[in-house]
Amino acid sequence: MLKRITKLTLEYRWHFTASAVFAFTTAVTSLFIPKLLGQGVDDAIALIEGRNASRGEIESLLLTTALLVVLVSTLRGTTGFGQMFLGETLSQRVSNQLRMLYFDKLQVLSFSFHDRVHTGQLMSRGLSDIEGVRMFVQSGLVQIVRVFVMLVAAAIFMVQIDLQLAILSLSFVPFMAYRSARLRLQLRKVWREIQDALGDLTTTMQENLAGIRVVRAFSAQKYEESKFEVTAREVVELRMNAARTQARGGGAISFSFLIAWAVVLWVGGEKVISDQLTIGELTQFFFYLALLRFPVRMLIMIINSTARASSAGGRIFEVLDIPSEIADDTSSAPLEVTDGVLRFDNVSFSYGDAPALRGVSFEASKDHTVGIVGAPGSGKSSITNLIPRFYDPTHGTVSIDGTDLRKATILSVRQAIGLVEQDPFLFDGTIRDNIRYGDVTASAEKVVAAASIAQIHEFIDSLPDGYDTELGERGVGLSGGQRQRVAIARTLLTDSPILVLDDSTSSVDAGTDARIRGALKELTTGQTTIIIAHRLGSLQHADEIIVLDNGSVVERGSHDELIALNGHYRALWDLQRGRGVEGGE
Amino acid sequence: MSTTSNNSPQTKQPNRQRPANAEEEHGKLNESDEEMFAQLDSTVFKRFFYYASPYKKQMLIATLAVIGFTLANLALPLLVKFGIDDAINNTNSNLLKVIAISIVGVAGIYWFTNFLQNVLITRVALTVLYDIRADMFLQLQRLALSFSDKTPIGALMARMFGDVGALQEMLESSIEIIGDVLTLFGIIVILLVLDVHLALVTLAIVPALFLIRIVWQPFARRAFLRMRRNSSVVGVYLDQNVSGIRVVQALNRQEENTGIMGGKVHTFFWSAVRASRLGGVLMPTVELMTGTALALVLVVGGGRVLSESIEIGTMVAFLLYVQRFFEPIRTLTMHYALLQRAVASGHRIFELLDIPLEVEDKSDAKPIGDITGRIEFKNVTFGYDPARPILRNISFVAEPGQTIALVGPTGSGKTSITALAHRFYDVQEGSISIDDHDIRDVTQQSIGGVMGMVLQEPFLFSKSVLENVRYNTLNATREDVVAACRVIGAHDFVMQLDDGYDTTLEQRGSNLSVGQRQLLSFARALVADPKILVLDEATANIDSYTERIIQDALRKLLEGRTALVIAHRLSTIRNSDQIIVVQDGGIVEIGTHDELVASTGLYSQLWQTNYTSFDDIADNANDLTGMPASST
Ligand SMILES: Nc1ncnc2c1ncn2[C@@H]1O[C@H](COP(=O)(O)OP(=O)(O)OP(=O)(O)O)[C@@H](O)[C@H]1O
Ligand SMILES: Nc1ncnc2c1ncn2[C@@H]1O[C@H](COP(=O)(O)OP(=O)(O)OP(=O)(O)O)[C@@H](O)[C@H]1O
Ligand SMILES: [Mg+2]
Ligand SMILES: [Mg+2]
Repeated sequence: MLKRITKLTLEYRWHFTASAVFAFTTAVTSLFIPKLLGQGVDDAIALIEGRNASRGEIESLLLTTALLVVLVSTLRGTTGFGQMFLGETLSQRVSNQLRMLYFDKLQVLSFSFHDRVHTGQLMSRGLSDIEGVRMFVQSGLVQIVRVFVMLVAAAIFMVQIDLQLAILSLSFVPFMAYRSARLRLQLRKVWREIQDALGDLTTTMQENLAGIRVVRAFSAQKYEESKFEVTAREVVELRMNAARTQARGGGAISFSFLIAWAVVLWVGGEKVISDQLTIGELTQFFFYLALLRFPVRMLIMIINSTARASSAGGRIFEVLDIPSEIADDTSSAPLEVTDGVLRFDNVSFSYGDAPALRGVSFEASKDHTVGIVGAPGSGKSSITNLIPRFYDPTHGTVSIDGTDLRKATILSVRQAIGLVEQDPFLFDGTIRDNIRYGDVTASAEKVVAAASIAQIHEFIDSLPDGYDTELGERGVGLSGGQRQRVAIARTLLTDSPILVLDDSTSSVDAGTDARIRGALKELTTGQTTIIIAHRLGSLQHADEIIVLDNGSVVERGSHDELIALNGHYRALWDLQRGRGVEGGE
Repeated sequence: MSTTSNNSPQTKQPNRQRPANAEEEHGKLNESDEEMFAQLDSTVFKRFFYYASPYKKQMLIATLAVIGFTLANLALPLLVKFGIDDAINNTNSNLLKVIAISIVGVAGIYWFTNFLQNVLITRVALTVLYDIRADMFLQLQRLALSFSDKTPIGALMARMFGDVGALQEMLESSIEIIGDVLTLFGIIVILLVLDVHLALVTLAIVPALFLIRIVWQPFARRAFLRMRRNSSVVGVYLDQNVSGIRVVQALNRQEENTGIMGGKVHTFFWSAVRASRLGGVLMPTVELMTGTALALVLVVGGGRVLSESIEIGTMVAFLLYVQRFFEPIRTLTMHYALLQRAVASGHRIFELLDIPLEVEDKSDAKPIGDITGRIEFKNVTFGYDPARPILRNISFVAEPGQTIALVGPTGSGKTSITALAHRFYDVQEGSISIDDHDIRDVTQQSIGGVMGMVLQEPFLFSKSVLENVRYNTLNATREDVVAACRVIGAHDFVMQLDDGYDTTLEQRGSNLSVGQRQLLSFARALVADPKILVLDEATANIDSYTERIIQDALRKLLEGRTALVIAHRLSTIRNSDQIIVVQDGGIVEIGTHDELVASTGLYSQLWQTNYTSFDDIADNANDLTGMPASST
C-alpha cells in the first residue's frame, strides 16, 4: 500500500524533490547550529583561559559565531517553511488526486457493486481514509527524509568528534528501528479495525439521517441513539487501544534515547577528565543529542501515520482495484439506433442465486409501446435494469436493432435509452439543474418543453423562484407525484429513442397521468416505449402487454386479447374497474 | 445539552405567527463564505471545557503526569549542567556516575509519566468527543424536519466526522500542547534562577512573538474556516453522487460530474494551500528569534563568563535551554495551525448544536396515554414556507375506528396533512387534536406510540428483515413479525430470500423490488399495533390483485383503529367511511364514495378517469376541465 502511495506521490516529481531538498537543507542546517554553539563555548573557554589569542580577537570570533547562528537559524526557518509548505501542498495534491480517482471509480463501478456497498462505507473511505493517506504524505513521506538525514548527519558529525562516544550515543538507534517496526505492525492492525468501525459508524449515521422520517414516524429516537451508542463506543475503545499501543511503543523508544544521554555524560565525562575530549566537544555531543529529540519525536508520529496510511490506503485501493463488471472492451463499437427495435431473446437473469427473470422474450420497436404488469417482485424492474446494461443477463441476449448490447459501448447504449426509474433520485440543487441533469447545455425552451410534457411546468412556474427553486436531498420540497414528474422531465430531455417508464406515475393521479401519456403521444414520434404500471388505464393502448409472474411471462397480447383471455390481466382489470374478484363489493 | 433558543417553549395561543424569515435566521447551517468571526475562540473553548468538566479527576491526574513529564524533561539539561560544572570540571568521577544514573532514573519517570498522560488524555479526549458526537446525534434526532429538509446529509456527515476528527486531532495533541506550555514556563523560571541578567536579555524577544501572532491570527482563522467549509463541500458532492449513482450512470453524467468534482476539489486545494501558507509562515519568524536569542547568549553570556559572573556550564545550560525554549514554541507553532483548524471545526459543531428546535415538547407535556383514536383538524393552515401556505383552513374529523381517505391531484397537500397529524411540523394556524389532546400539549415521543405510518417513500434500514419489520417495537416477537408479513402478503417472498427473515437488506432495501419494500414498510407499521394508522400511498407500487388480498386481510385488523389512507388508485379507497377530496391545499368535498360519485365534483371526475376505458386518452384528459394539472 505504502508503495502505491509513494508511487502516486512521486508522480509529482519536482514537487517532491523540492520538498525533499528543503527537508534535507533543514536537517543539515539544524546540525550546524550545535557545531557553532559548541565552537562558541570553546571560544568562551578560550576567553577565560586567555590563551593563544588576544581578547579582542576572541570577542570578534564570538561575535562572528553569533551572527552565523542567526544566519543559519534564519536559513533553517526558511527551508523549514518551504519543506512544510511544499509537503502540505504535495500531500493535498496527492490526496486530491486520490479523491478524483476514487470519485471516478465510483462513477463507473457497476450497479451490483453499489447494491452491495453502503453509501456510508464509501463515504467513510472517501473522507477519513483519504485524509489518513494525506497525513502520511505530509508528515510521513517528507518528514522521513528529514529524520533520516538528521540521524545520518548527526552520526557523521559525532563520529568526527569521537568515534567511541558517537557509537555510544547512537546505540539507541538499532533498538529504535526494531521497536518502530514492531509498533508499525501493531498499529496497522489497530488502525484497520478503527477504520472499519468508523465505516460502520458512518453507515449508522448516514442511514439514520436518510431515514429520518421513519425514525420520526415511529418515535424511534431512543432506539436509534442506542444503535449509535454501540458503534460510537466501539470507535472510542479501538482508538484507546491505538493510543495505548502507541504510548507503550513510543515510550520505549524515548526511554532508550534518554539512556543514551546518561551513557554519553558518563563516558564522555570520563574522557574529558582524562583529557581525551574538550568540554566544548562534549557540549557539542549534547547539542546533537538535544537535536535528535526532534526526529525521535517525529519518528513516533511517523510510525503512527504510516500505520494508519497503510490500512487506509488499503481500503481505498481495494475500491480502486475492483474491476467493473460492466465495462467496454476493445471490440465494443458504438451502437447505432435506426429502427429502435429492442429485443429480449430468451433472457434469464438473477442478482444472486434466485432467478429474477426466466426465459423472457419480447420485442418493441419504433412508435410501439410495450406494457408490463405483474405483482411485486415479479421481475418488471429487472427487465428495465437490463436495457441500459445496468446488469448483464445470465442467459439469452438483449439487443437493439440486432446488436447485442454486450458488443456495444456502454455510453452509446445508455445514450440510446431514457429510463425513468421506479424510485427516482433527485439531486440537491435547483429544479432546472435536475431536469438538465442529462444534458447540461439544454436550452431553457427545451427544459420547459420537457417539463410541459411531464405536466410539471405549470407547477414549477407557480413557485416564487420557478425553475431556480432549490430542492433538498432526494427532491425534498416536492410532493411524491411532483418528484416523479420532474424525473420524467429529466429523462425526456435527453430525447432518447427508447423510453422506459418504470411505474413512474404511481404517485400521480389518473388525470395527470393520462395527460402525460397524451402529451407524449402527441409531441414525440419515433420512440420505442416500455411502460410498467399498476394502473391498467395507463397500459390499455400499448401494442403489446406482457404479464409477468415470478420472472416468467405468463400472458401476452393486446388489451382486448388479454381481456378476452380471462386470466390474470382480466382479474386486475375488473378489480380496478370496481368489480371485485369475487364479483363485486 | 444544547442551549435552547430565545423563543422559549410554545406560547399558548395556537395561531402563533412565526417570523417570516425564521428559517433563514436559525434553521440553517452556514456553508457560505460570509461569516462573523467575532469572539469565536472564547466561546468555543468555554464549550470544550464544559464538555470536559465531568472528567476533572482524570484531567487532574493527567495534569500531574504532564507536570512530572515536564519536570523530567527539564531536569535533563540541568543534570548535564551539573555533570559538566560539578563533576567533570572538578574531575569527580563518582559524582559523574551518580548523575548518569539519575539521568536513567529521570528517563524512567519520563517513560512512565509519558505513558500515563498519553493514555489519560486520550481517554478524556475521546470521551469528550464521544459526548459531543452523541449530542450532535441527539440534536439531529430532535431538530424539526424542516431542518433536515434543507440540509444535505453529506453536510451533516462532514460535521460529524470531518470536524469532530479535527477536534480529535487537536485534543489528542493537547497533551503536547500542555506539555509545551508548561515547559515554556519551566524554562523561563530556570533561566531566571540561573542568571537573571542573561535571562532577561534572552527573553527580550518574546514580546515580539506575541505581537506577530496577534496580527496573524485573524487571517489564519479565516483561512482555516474556509478550508473546512470547502472540504465539507467536497464531501457533500461525493455523498450526492454515491447516492444518486444510478441516475449518474443512466444519464451518462460521469464526465460532467468529474469536471464539477474537479472544480470543488480545486477550490478546496487552494484554500488548503492558503491555510498551510499561513500556518507555516510563523516558522521562519520563530527560527529567526531562536537564532537571535542564541546569538545573544553567546555574546552576552560570553562576556559574563569572562567577567566571571557565570560559570561556563551555566552558559551551556542556557544554550540548551534556549534551544529547548524555542522547541516548544516551534511545535506550538505547528500545533497552532491545528488549533485554529480545531477552533474552526468547533465553531461548526456548536453551530449545529445551537440550532433551536422548532418543534419542541412543552415543559409540561405529558404522554398522550390511552386514546380512542379520534383525530380532529380545526381550521389548519400551514406552509413549509410560512409566507406561502400550502394547506388552507383544513377542518375534518376522523371518528374512532373510521377509515378516512384523502384523495386529490398530485401536490394538493395530502402528505402534508399526515405529516402535520404526527407533528413533523407545527401548524401556523388552527389546531390538530387526537382525542381531546392538542398534539402540541403531549410529548412527541408518545404520538409515535399511538400512530403508525407507512410513508409515501418506503425506507428500509440495512438490517435484517426481522429487525426492519420490528423496528422500534422492541417487544414484538418473531411470531408477531411473521404474522404481520403474512397479513401483508410479504411472507412468501421473505421466505424465498437466502436467510428468510434474517436476511440482511442492502442500503434502503435495494435488493428488494420497490413493491416488496413497500410491503415491508407496511408490515412495520402493523407490528407497531397503533391505534391510528396512516397509509400514504402504501400500495401505490403494488398491483391491484395483491392489494385486494391485503385489503381483505386488513379489514379485520383495522377494526377499532382509525385510518388515514391516501391513494391515487381510487379502487383502493372506495370502501372508506369518508373520502376527503383535497385540491390546492383546501378541502373541496367530503362524503362517501357513492355520495361523491353521484355529485359532479372533482371526485367523480377522478373516478371517471380511473375507471373509464378511454379510447382517446388525450381527448379524454382534456375533457377533465376543472382539474388543474397540478396544484399551484
Ligand atoms: N418538505 C417540503 N418543503 C417544502 N415544500 C414542500 C415539502 N413537501 C411538500 N411540499 C410542497 O407542498 C405541496 C403539497 O405537497 P404534498 O406532499 O402534501 O402533496 P401530496 O398531495 O401528497 O401530493 P402527491 O400525491 O404527489 O404525493 C406541494 O406543492 C409540494 O411542492
Ligand atoms: N439489486 C437486487 N439484488 C438482489 N435481488 C434483487 C435486486 N433487485 C431485485 N431483486 C429481487 O429480484 C426479484 C425481482 O425484482 P424486480 O425489482 O424486478 O420486481 P418488480 O417486478 O419490479 O417489482 P415491483 O412491482 O415491486 O417493483 C425480486 O424478488 C427482488 O427481491
Ligand atoms: Mg419494480
Ligand atoms: Mg404525497
